[in-house]
Amino acid sequence: MKLADFVCFKALIPQLESITRDGVIAELVNALDAGGKLGKGNSEKIIKAVIKRENEASTGMGKSVAVPHVKSNVVSDVVAAIGMSEAGVDFSALDKQPVYSVMLLISPVDDPDKHLQAMENLFQHLQTEKFRKFLRQAKTVEAIEDLIHEADDSSTL
Amino acid sequence: MDSVVCEISVEIKNTDGLHMRPAMMFVDIASQYDCDITVSNNETSVDGKSIMQISVLAATYGTKLKIRAEGIDSEKAVESLRELVEDKMFDEPGPEEK
Repeated sequence: MKLADFVCFKALIPQLESITRDGVIAELVNALDAGGKLGKGNSEKIIKAVIKRENEASTGMGKSVAVPHVKSNVVSDVVAAIGMSEAGVDFSALDKQPVYSVMLLISPVDDPDKHLQAMENLFQHLQTEKFRKFLRQAKTVEAIEDLIHEADDSSTL
Repeated sequence: MDSVVCEISVEIKNTDGLHMRPAMMFVDIASQYDCDITVSNNETSVDGKSIMQISVLAATYGTKLKIRAEGIDSEKAVESLRELVEDKMFDEPGPEEK
């Protein structure tokens, strides 16, 4: 699986407007919705579900990234949105540091393996310092797109 | 230096596999021990105390993992990790309970 297989290119936000966790989650879910990935009228429900999941345990894994996610029957395939915050957002991350890059994932309910594969893929790249740095530096949608393609083609990014 | 090495093989028995919540439980327990803990599937070996690295294993239901611990408390560490994965199944259902 590649990043381009599940990252929605219509849901890339180089400068998130919101400075709160829940605001960022809503922004990213709405971007997926606008990209036509969530069916009709489901965004509110998804936002609530992602926030609920986040309240159970933070997905701020340290190294300034968070990967909020939830399973939902409104998708039949894994979809992801990516957003960056210049100011940093408090995600109650494991290392207590602000989060600058957020990847939001919505996975189908009945395909746990696919969710794991998408996560694996994401974390392969997120573990690379270079990838995290380039992501944070990406100031345009095109720059994020290029980075995703580059990461998919490279074994070290 | 006393270096005790323990190695066991465990199988993922909960339907959803080693997703983030189970991975965090694993890392929490692993981190309670002083020994070095490595977890591997056939392809990769990762640090058992790093949530990001554990997530990279993408261990699905039925996957067999090798847990290797090295250090003075390695025996206790592998036993509590085995218990978490196979007996408690991360407090999650297996296929027949769904």
